[in-house]
Amino acid sequence: MSTRGALTFQETVLALKKYWSDRGCIIQEPYDMEVGAGTMAPETFLRVLGPRPYNVAYVQPSRRPADGRYGDNPNRLYKHQQLQVILKPAPADVIDLYLGSLQAIGVDLAKHDIKFEEDNWEAPTLGAWGIGWQVMLDGLEISQFTYFQQCGGFDLDLIPAELTYGLERIVAFLQNVDSVYDIVWAPGFLYSDVRLKDEQQFSKYNFELADVAMLWQLFDLHEKECQRLIKLTGLVLPAYDQVLKCSHIFNLLDSRGAISVTERVGVIGRVRRLALGVAEAWMAEIAPPKEAVA
Amino acid sequence: MSLPFLLEIGTEEIPDWMIAPALNNLQDMFQAMLDQQALGGKVASVDATPRRLVLQAEGLLDRQADVEELVLGPSKSAGAGAAAGFAKKMGTTPDQLATHTTAKGEYFAFAKRTQGQATAAVLARDLPNLILKIQWPKTMVWNGKGTERFIRPIRWLVALLGDAVVPFEIGGVKSGNTTGGHRVLGKPSIPVTIASFSQELIANGVILSAAKRLDKIESGIKAWRVKPDPDLLQTLIYITEFPTPILGSFDPGYLDLPQEVLVTVMRHHQKYLSVEDADGKLAPHFIAVMNTNADPDGLVRQGNERVLRARFNDARFFWDQDQKKRLEDRVEDLKTVTFQAKLGSYYDKTMRVVRWVSDLGGEEDAQRAALLCKCDLTTDMVKEFTDLQGIVGGLYARAQGESEEVAQAIYDHYRPLSMEDAVPSTINGCLVSLADKLDTLTECFKVGMAPTGSRDPFGLRRAAQGIVRISTEGQVNFELPQHGELAEFMRDRVEYYFRDVRGFAYDEVRACMAVGWNELPDLWRRLRRVQAIRPTPDFEPIAASFKRIKNILKQAAWSDGDSYRKELFEGGPELDLYEEMRRTADQPLESRIGPLRPKIDLFFDKVLVNDPRENIRRNRLGLLYRILQEFSTIADFSEIVTERQS
Repeated sequence: MSTRGALTFQETVLALKKYWSDRGCIIQEPYDMEVGAGTMAPETFLRVLGPRPYNVAYVQPSRRPADGRYGDNPNRLYKHQQLQVILKPAPADVIDLYLGSLQAIGVDLAKHDIKFEEDNWEAPTLGAWGIGWQVMLDGLEISQFTYFQQCGGFDLDLIPAELTYGLERIVAFLQNVDSVYDIVWAPGFLYSDVRLKDEQQFSKYNFELADVAMLWQLFDLHEKECQRLIKLTGLVLPAYDQVLKCSHIFNLLDSRGAISVTERVGVIGRVRRLALGVAEAWMAEIAPPKEAVA
Repeated sequence: MSLPFLLEIGTEEIPDWMIAPALNNLQDMFQAMLDQQALGGKVASVDATPRRLVLQAEGLLDRQADVEELVLGPSKSAGAGAAAGFAKKMGTTPDQLATHTTAKGEYFAFAKRTQGQATAAVLARDLPNLILKIQWPKTMVWNGKGTERFIRPIRWLVALLGDAVVPFEIGGVKSGNTTGGHRVLGKPSIPVTIASFSQELIANGVILSAAKRLDKIESGIKAWRVKPDPDLLQTLIYITEFPTPILGSFDPGYLDLPQEVLVTVMRHHQKYLSVEDADGKLAPHFIAVMNTNADPDGLVRQGNERVLRARFNDARFFWDQDQKKRLEDRVEDLKTVTFQAKLGSYYDKTMRVVRWVSDLGGEEDAQRAALLCKCDLTTDMVKEFTDLQGIVGGLYARAQGESEEVAQAIYDHYRPLSMEDAVPSTINGCLVSLADKLDTLTECFKVGMAPTGSRDPFGLRRAAQGIVRISTEGQVNFELPQHGELAEFMRDRVEYYFRDVRGFAYDEVRACMAVGWNELPDLWRRLRRVQAIRPTPDFEPIAASFKRIKNILKQAAWSDGDSYRKELFEGGPELDLYEEMRRTADQPLESRIGPLRPKIDLFFDKVLVNDPRENIRRNRLGLLYRILQEFSTIADFSEIVTERQS
C-alpha cells in the first residue's frame, strides 16, 4: 500500500489480471520480443483474425525508442507497460466490464469523473483500424478502448474490443504522484529503483549509439527471412516474429534520425507488406480454402 | 384517435460533434415517413445525450385511412372474357366491375379498396431501416462482418406508441419500454412510459435536453469571469449526460508562458474553460466540466489540476528547448518536413512563398516573415500543439528579436481560420497569408489535387475563401488567376463570398463579375455602386434597354466597335441621344442614368435601328455599341434580372 491507500504498481497489475481472469480471459505473459504496442503482440494481431472467439489479457511492455527522455521527463518513457485485454467478440456489456475493472483497482466511480471521448485508432503498418474512445478519468487519458474493424487488411469476422490500460499513468494517478518514477512498484521499491537505469541507457543507445548501418542490414535480413517463411506452410508465427523485428528496427532507425522523409513512406510500406502477408498466411491456415466435394 | 410516440436509440458514447446533425437527419426522415405513410402527426421534439438519440411525436393516427382507387381495365369492346380476366386480377367477380368513360371510350373499371395498416405495424416495419439510415461521418460494425452499421453499438431501444411497445429489432436488440440511466448516477434499466420518460431520466442522472445541460453549466459558472467559448460549451454538453462545472487552479508561475499556449493546452487538450481576472487577463484557474453530480472529496479537481500541471510542464519544457535554436536556423530543417508527397518539402514551399510575397509587392519585412513562417513546424511546441502553428512562430520571432512587423505577420499568417475569424491584422500578415494560400492552391491544382465533391483533404476551399476575404477585406490588390481549372474554382469562391457572405443579389454579382473579377477590392466597390443605384427608378428600365441593345448587337453579329460618324445621325431622338451621351461623358454613371433613360426609351420608340440604308444601320449599331461600352465599366447591366423581362 502507498499514498492515499492506493495499490502498488504490482498489486494493480495483479488485480487487473485477477479481474479479467475471473471473467473468462486467458492470462498470457508478455510477448518476449520488442513491440511498439500491445496490439502488435501475436495474441492480438493474429488472434483477432478469423471466426474463433478468444478472450485474453496480458501486460505488454511497449518500446517506443523515440519517446525516451533519458529518465528526465516525469511522464515520458521509452518503455512503458500496457495491460492489454482482447474480448472477441465484444460482449454487449463490455463498457460495464471495463468500469468494473477500474473499481477493482480502487477507483470509486462515485468520487471520480469518467468520460468516453472519440478517438479512433489506426495502425497503417498493420493494415488495422478500429473505432473507439480514449477513456478520461478526471481529465487524464487512462485507456484506449477500440472496437477493431480491420486487421492485417481483413475485415474481421467477429468484432473484438481491445482495452488498453496505460499502467504507469493509472498508477501514478491513483498514488497521486507527479512523476512515474515516484510510483511505488512494490513495498520499499519505487518505479525508479526498478526502471530508471533502462530509461537512461536505452535513451542513450536509441538516440546516439545504435549502429545505423548494422540496423539497415538487420532490417534487410529480417525482411528476407520473413518473405521466405511466408511462402512456406505452417510457419506463420516465426514469420510474424520477423515482422516484429523489422518494425522495432524501423523505430530504432527513426529515433536515430536515420530515415529521411522520402525514405520513410517506403520503409513503412515494406513493414506493412510483411504484416499483410503474414495475416493472409494466418487466414489461410485457420480457414483453409474448401476442397471441392467429390 | 391520436397517439403520442417516443423513440429512444440507446448507444455507447457518440462523438459530440456528430450528434446535432444526426438528430436533424432523424427528425427529417421520421417526419417524411409520417407524411408518406399518411400516419398523421408531427415530430414534437428531438434531443440527445452522448448515449441516446430521442424523438417524440404527437398526433399519430392509430391506423392509416383506407384508400380507394379506381383501376381501369380493358375496353368494354374487349368483351366478357377480358372482363373476367380483369376481375380475377382485381380479386373480384365481373359483376363488381363498373364502367368508366374516357375520351377514348368506355372501359371496365374497378374501385379497389386498400385497407389502411395499423400505425404500430408501419412503424415496426419501417423504423429499423430508418434508424440505420441516419447519416454519420463514419460508421462501424459490432456484431461481426457484414452486419448492420451505426455510429456506435446500439444497446437498447425504446419505442412506444401510446402505451404500447412498437416491436422491432436491430442487431439483436429488441425494442421495449426500458431505458438506461447515467453510467454512474443511474440504474442500468428503467421501465418508462411516454409520460414518465424525462422524469425517470432526471431521477437517473440524465438531463435529456441539451439546452438544459447548457443552462446547468452556465448557471454553475456564473460566479467566475469565464472566457466566452460557445464552441467548447457545445462540445461539453454533448460529452456529458449530467454536466457539473468545477473550478480548478494552477500555479500562477505558469502565467509567464504565453497566454495562447496556456489556453490551447486547457481548451484543446483538456476541454477546460479559461478564467479571467477583473482586468481581463488570464487568471490561474480553469473550469472543468464533469459528467457527474459532485466532487465530494475534491479528487476530480485534484486529478485535473495534476494533469494540467504535467501539460504545462511539458509546454514550458518545449518553450525552453525550442529557444535553443532560432527560427532562422531552422529554415534548412524544413527540408525534412514533407508538405505533400508530390509537392516536396516545406523548404520548397517556403522558397515559393517568398517569391509569391515579392510578386505581390511585399517588401523586406514581408519577405522575412515568409522565410520564417513555416519554421515553427520543426519546434517541439508545434509538434505537440499543432493548433498553435503560426502563433508559436510569431511568439518565438518576437522573443528572438525579429521586428514586430515580422513577428505579427508570422503570427497571423494562417488566418482567417474560418468565416468568423478575422483576416490578418497587418498588410504584411495579409501578404504572407495570401502567398501561402496561393502557393498551396496553385501547386495542388498543378498536380491534380483539386477538391472533388465533399472531399477536400487539403482544405483548398478554405484557402481559396481566405484569399478572397483577405484581398477584399484587407484591400490587397493583385490579379487572381483568370484561366484554367483554378480560375473556375476561384470564380465559384468569389461568387459565393459576395452573394452568400456579403449578401449581394446573385444577378448583381453576375453583372459585376461579367466585366471582370481579377481584382477583388475593385469588384467590391463596383458591387456597392450597383447595389446603390439598383433601387433608383430609372435603373431597371435602363437595364432592360441594355439587354435589348445586347441582343440587337448579337443578332447583327456586330464586330466593328464604336465606329460612327456624327454627320450620319438624324435629327430628333437619335441625335438627342448622341448629344446627351456626349454631354454626360465625364459624369459618374450614377448621374448619367437619370437623364439618359428617357433618351434611350425615345430612341427605341421612334428610331428603327435596322434601317434599310446600310450606312445608317451600321452607324446606329456603332452608337449602341458605344452606349453599352460606356455603361459596362462597372457591370454588365444586361445580366440584371428585371421585372419586365424583354
